Amino acid sequence: MEQEITLAHGAGGEAYRELVRDVFLPAYGSRELRELGDSALCQLDETARLAFTTDGFVVRPLCFPGGDIGSLCVSGTVNDLAVAGAVPRFLSVSMIVEAGFSTDELRRVAESIARTAESANVRVVTGDTKVVERGKADGLYVVTSGVGSLDGDWALPGQAPMVGDALIVSGPIASHGMAVMAARENLCFQPPIESDARPLASLARAAYETGVPVHAMRDPTRGGVGATLCEWAAPGVDLLLREADLPIRLDVRAACALLGMEPLFAANEGVFLVAVPQARADELLAALRAHPDGREAAIIGRAVAGEGRVLAETELGTQRRILMPRGELLPRIC
Amino acid sequence: MSDARALAGALARAAEGMPPTVVMEVCGTHTQSVARYGLRQLLPPGLSLISGPGCPVCVTDDADIARALWLARTPGVTLLSFGDMLRVPLSGGRDSLLRAKEQGADVRLATSPMDALRVAQAEPSRQVVWFAVGFETTAPLTAALLRRARVEGVRNVSVLCAHKTMPAALRALLRGNSRVQALLCPGHVAAITGVDAFRFVPEELGLPAAVSGFGPEEILLALTDITRMRAGGEVALRNDYPAAVTAAGNQAALALLEEVMRPCDARWRGLGSIPGSGLTLHEPYADWDAARRFDLSAVPEVSPEAPTGCCCAEILRGERAPTDCPLFGRACTPERPAGPCMVSAEGACAAAYQYGGI
Repeated sequence: MEQEITLAHGAGGEAYRELVRDVFLPAYGSRELRELGDSALCQLDETARLAFTTDGFVVRPLCFPGGDIGSLCVSGTVNDLAVAGAVPRFLSVSMIVEAGFSTDELRRVAESIARTAESANVRVVTGDTKVVERGKADGLYVVTSGVGSLDGDWALPGQAPMVGDALIVSGPIASHGMAVMAARENLCFQPPIESDARPLASLARAAYETGVPVHAMRDPTRGGVGATLCEWAAPGVDLLLREADLPIRLDVRAACALLGMEPLFAANEGVFLVAVPQARADELLAALRAHPDGREAAIIGRAVAGEGRVLAETELGTQRRILMPRGELLPRIC
Repeated sequence: MSDARALAGALARAAEGMPPTVVMEVCGTHTQSVARYGLRQLLPPGLSLISGPGCPVCVTDDADIARALWLARTPGVTLLSFGDMLRVPLSGGRDSLLRAKEQGADVRLATSPMDALRVAQAEPSRQVVWFAVGFETTAPLTAALLRRARVEGVRNVSVLCAHKTMPAALRALLRGNSRVQALLCPGHVAAITGVDAFRFVPEELGLPAAVSGFGPEEILLALTDITRMRAGGEVALRNDYPAAVTAAGNQAALALLEEVMRPCDARWRGLGSIPGSGLTLHEPYADWDAARRFDLSAVPEVSPEAPTGCCCAEILRGERAPTDCPLFGRACTPERPAGPCMVSAEGACAAAYQYGGI
């Protein structure tokens, strides 16, 4: 572990994992935390359990095509609950506001939170506000926590893909990461690239209700689909992607090419990745596609016996290795 | 993409009877594309592909980075550069522009030199410095920035010029280098300089060469041309990127470059000083030269020595592969690069690390 925290420790890749492993887990790693799931599954007594999660939002700019920090902070927490198999119920919203921030803008963020919460069928039940000196919080930071009930009429998803699984993504990837990067760096794509930020509880529910056994489900936010697959790959299982099958919107693909970004590593806020037995994959895919948030769902690969690698089959029929992304994603030269 | 398979087949047929051939590519985007698409898996036996010094941020010298860091930390200065430049550390250390930014320096990521002009105009109280890196591809953009700044009288912008030119470096690198038998020429650079700028490769160095685009099919096509030449004992230069590259190049860009900059000696990280391989500003633009506007004598000296064990110099000359280096993947990773080839995604070692080891 390095002597100082760098931006890389917040980027969701290898450095971040090191931080969690070397600092947080030794200090307060409970049984639940050690699972390192999107949500913690907490046992209250012999029968009652709940799902609990939290997330901090430091996005810049606060407003970007397709969303804002308000829609993002609700979606992010709702989605962490949903992919754990929970029914998202209650949210807390903590605001850290920089002095001088426009009240109107804060009101717009609050309204966006309300709208998104309503669409996700969750209630904001508690909150907190702190104001810090000018220049200290980039305008506004938001932290949301969420509680979900585990009373859905479905089996909870597993933690990792098994050999013989199909890998399915619920929609086009990389849209959020590229939308925010374009907005932050003033790259004026016309029309602008829109973020996919949205709550996925309803779509996840549609997936669970098929009864198809879900061996793993994640919303691949920071670090993108690539990082999630790298976390999933375990000894005995290789994950094989077919690159040609990755759904990527044309404008997002073009922006990635222009900026030298790898779509597999760009953040998503409105898709999940799911592993189900190959034989039931079409059934799950049909259920996702029948839902308005999953129309572009696609099978992108499979889990095979192997050594814990993630491999992409390129459009040329060659293979390349996908490794856990490192550090912050930055556009390349020319 | 069945085209690509057909091309791979054509390449394999062309390679029948060809003497063993090592082709060097010298463009970061080629390095990246070759690795990303696993093109080495499609190469016939006897044909191998190595990466030369084509990643512009990788070859940016420590002394230039030290100056940029010093400027970035000077009160009142806003420093802009390309994204991947921000990550490049000083040799053997952790200091980088990204680190300076984390510590509070006003370092901003740009996608074009013109961003610096915009910032300078929008924030007249700041001294805005464009840290200019790259080959002939980006140098005309810096020249355009300088001309606009001069014409419009924008005084609070300046350029820390670390541009380099490809032909001079290739001459120095390949002359007397017996390990490389052919050259894949960089399409982006050639789009500016024209194919003719690479005539010296067959004529002076005696190596067959092809100018290539960046898609996997384009690279395979150029490699097929090179292979045919090698099999037939022919030494020539082919333009396999005619959609973007002409014989004489982009005359407007070249004229602009000539008006604003002139060649100078330059130090390349890992390769040392190469005569005539850099660009510096002509006298009428001296007022916009950050090296003159600021007193850089206070910039701490950097030791020019490579970290012990680092093979980047040999890798850039094509004498070793990234995986031959004892530091590769251990003491040298993209997160903590020891040598220049690991610093950018376009560097030979970083590409081998990211995509290698199937």
